[in-house]
Amino acid sequence: MMPDLIQQQDVWLTIFAAAMVTYGLRLGGLLLAERLPRTGRFQRFMNALPGTILLSLIIPSALAAGFWGWVATLFTAACSLKTGNVFVSMLLGMAIVAGGRLLG
Amino acid sequence: MSTKNNPETWHQIRLGFTANLVVAASVAAYGSVLGLLAAQKGLSWLQLLIMNLSVFAGSSQFVMVDMWLPPLPILEITLAVLIINMRYLLIGASLRPLFHGRSFIHKALHIHLVADENWAITMGRLHREPTTTAFLLGGGLCIQTAWCTGTLLGHRLGAVINQPEQFGLDFAFVAVFTALVFSFWRGRQDLFPWLITGLVAIISAQLLPGKWYILCGGITGALVSAFSPVNQEDKGYDA
Repeated sequence: MMPDLIQQQDVWLTIFAAAMVTYGLRLGGLLLAERLPRTGRFQRFMNALPGTILLSLIIPSALAAGFWGWVATLFTAACSLKTGNVFVSMLLGMAIVAGGRLLG
Repeated sequence: MSTKNNPETWHQIRLGFTANLVVAASVAAYGSVLGLLAAQKGLSWLQLLIMNLSVFAGSSQFVMVDMWLPPLPILEITLAVLIINMRYLLIGASLRPLFHGRSFIHKALHIHLVADENWAITMGRLHREPTTTAFLLGGGLCIQTAWCTGTLLGHRLGAVINQPEQFGLDFAFVAVFTALVFSFWRGRQDLFPWLITGLVAIISAQLLPGKWYILCGGITGALVSAFSPVNQEDKGYDA
């Protein structure tokens, strides 16, 4: 009838489906992990996981940020190692990227 | 349940909340951009708010709003959300030591407010200082508040900051994760797995769409670590 109108029930259905899928992944991951053995290779896999996820989050995004992204990543890393302060390191990284973009 | 009114619980919630404040500022800035886009697509502020509260996953919400055209492709949107948020399977799994010994209800209630940012900040703290699920929850509340405030401001007033990239705000996420990543370094045993992780993440980011690279890099790196010969004791997070 009115193909260019979004049906209200479709809106709520879409949001509900997206919410269920996302919540299912969050809770499912936690519950599945508890069924894995706490010894040997499984344990070593689980212990290594937080670091490797974080690293995979960082590297392609840092690469995509171009030259200043790399410079900023290096300085953020160095600052974090030197000071141990996450916030200061983060602000330094953001300032370098913003500054780099301002220069063009 | 008995910990509900424990002052230590409130203390941890407050600590978690404040530890996430800086990164929450960029979350809010990005939220305002999403709010603007959502208003243009005809989503009401109430629909957007419910989406924020129930889905609570930034990048997948951007894709949802992007695909928001009549007639709504419900199945396609749901599949896209499933793929983008697949990393939460790993993030949820990695939270096992934090939730150790907790009841099912406790897990079911706390796991919802897990975003990349408060997850990373919580995990970075977990093996240095006493950290509980209340710290994770406090961070989740901080990020959720910033996300809702930002998106609703963007929806009502237009994006507060039209191009967050100009101020390096897009880099805030990379920066906070970079600053945190060293607290996950356990020694030389991590060198080879981390090199492989980086390599696989870069290659899969080139070859595969969306966020698959997080899964590919994360799983491959952890597998390499699991199958490496053990020289020294494997310092883990499961105390």
